[in-house]
Amino acid sequence: MTDERSKEEQSIEMELGEAAAMKLPRSTSLERGDGLLVRLRPFYEGLIHFSLFICASISVLVTVGIVIVLLYESVQFFFDVSIIEFLTGTRWTPLLKPQHFGILPLMCGTMLVAGGAAIVAVPIGLGTAIYLSEYASPRFRDIVKPMLEILAGIPSVVYGYLAIVFVSPIIQYLFPSAGVFNAASACIVVGIMILPMIISLSEDILQSVPLSLRGAAFALGANKFEVTVRVVVPAALSGIIASFLLAISRAIGETMAVTLAAGATPKLTLNPLESIQTMTAYIVQVSQGDTPTGTVEYRTIFAVGLTLFISTMAMNIIAQYILSRVGEAYE
Amino acid sequence: MNQSNIDLYTTKPRGRVPNFLFMAFCFLATMTCVLMLLVLIWNIIVQGKGWLSWDFLERLPSRFPHKAGIKTALYGSIWLIGLTALFSVPLGVGAAVYLEEYAPKNRWRKLIQLNISNLAGVPSIVYGILGLGLFVRALAFDRSILSGALTLTLVVLPIIILASQEALRSVPDSIRRSAYALGATRWQTVWYQVLPASLPGIMTGVILALSRALGEAAPLIVVGAMAYVPFVPEKLSDEFTSLPIQIFNWTARPQEDFHHLAAAGILVLLVLLVSMNAIAVFVRHKYGKRIRW
Repeated sequence: MTDERSKEEQSIEMELGEAAAMKLPRSTSLERGDGLLVRLRPFYEGLIHFSLFICASISVLVTVGIVIVLLYESVQFFFDVSIIEFLTGTRWTPLLKPQHFGILPLMCGTMLVAGGAAIVAVPIGLGTAIYLSEYASPRFRDIVKPMLEILAGIPSVVYGYLAIVFVSPIIQYLFPSAGVFNAASACIVVGIMILPMIISLSEDILQSVPLSLRGAAFALGANKFEVTVRVVVPAALSGIIASFLLAISRAIGETMAVTLAAGATPKLTLNPLESIQTMTAYIVQVSQGDTPTGTVEYRTIFAVGLTLFISTMAMNIIAQYILSRVGEAYE
Repeated sequence: MNQSNIDLYTTKPRGRVPNFLFMAFCFLATMTCVLMLLVLIWNIIVQGKGWLSWDFLERLPSRFPHKAGIKTALYGSIWLIGLTALFSVPLGVGAAVYLEEYAPKNRWRKLIQLNISNLAGVPSIVYGILGLGLFVRALAFDRSILSGALTLTLVVLPIIILASQEALRSVPDSIRRSAYALGATRWQTVWYQVLPASLPGIMTGVILALSRALGEAAPLIVVGAMAYVPFVPEKLSDEFTSLPIQIFNWTARPQEDFHHLAAAGILVLLVLLVSMNAIAVFVRHKYGKRIRW
């Protein structure tokens, strides 16, 4: 009897339980735990919102930090060295006696490398971009583009190594007057470094020129060369120039390759076979030694860094501005 | 647009020669790029392969090229990458989520956005100077691995933010609206729907950013990576060196033997970079295709 009844009760209980489980699977948890969560939700959401906001603000703080750190030490530097001497002096020997603080030799070295790199990279880069965008079959493009990505992913210290071990001996062979460290090898490897950037940016821009423009030119009887050179490239010109600017700005800021390849002799020269020094290479040179904090020598890297930051930032902003307007022309 | 068809109607003969020459020039330019890559890699392999061995990975740095190895540099690089990932991924993805999912489309957001694109173009050595002023001096972390990792974090942060934003933007709005329609809060929508869907893109961006950090030497030299560190870093405040810095040191020496060592070190670095890129490609391929909208 008891057995049977209990069985019955059990089965009823089971049924009830199942029904309950089916109808309200998480009734209890909904009443207790989630209730609290629901009440806390606005707070919880607000907290997340706030922390994400902080994450985004950090990028602004980084910029502010860069400016403050650079300015703070540079201002102290300019108490010791007149800003006019810094900007117009033609000798840069802060680590030797007598000290001279004219940044022109460093600027000149930087511009020599950046200019030389542009001479190497611009024709090859633009030619490659045009070939990939206008002439190449999709299959060819699928093979070449990943290779260019590899080129872009090689660290800059590797390019420095190649400049010394591979490029510089070739230059010395061709021009026996060249030293082991020369601006030309730096120009070549930095040129190779900025190639992928020019190619991928320019190719994107060329691709974005609407097909209708090409079609219209073809319909007027132009051939492929005329369409490319007279229609597609001019239509994409502002974007292409922006890509050059970004690449040159990258070449100005490039450090390891030029430190290794170009040497450490700040010189006011445009001869690419001589050893020179760039702004970035100077910063590395001082960082490697143990210049005591708070001295004028130590502060030079902040003053040079500020000059570097301003010049690359200006180029980047101009390029960004041009790029932001690309495409508007067709709308 | 059929090339041969169009050429039939091109009657001006002067057009033909530049047409061919121009195409030949462009093709040559492309081939130059490819050839340069092959020559560069071939040169490194030839110079370095005789010096590469398991021993090379296990030995400490030394003044004698035949006894020198990259143990400290390798461990230093692994430490740096690990810490940089730890700092930069939450920060970067968080910033991207804020900008894409939370921020009202106003001038403040535009300003942050412009600022991030500009930060991506700041030379890495300037970040080194910031790291020197901020972490090494002001916060007194000294020339430690922590300072190095924090500096690298700043270098890669813009890259991670931009890549993550791209990934978040690729999630269609209908997903968000359906989540809201079911009563999900903004964070629930982001956490359970948007983030999982954009994860492959974010992962790819993160891996590419970290491979950039792995190859970066300039900011670390400014922050104070040591030329000669005879021990493996064990805590955050230890001195450090890394693979690119070791390569830089060896390359800067005049002796030929050290150049071979540098090439061997470069091979190790390139193997690491290629495997990271392979992971990125794998992630994009495997998980990128599973999502269909």
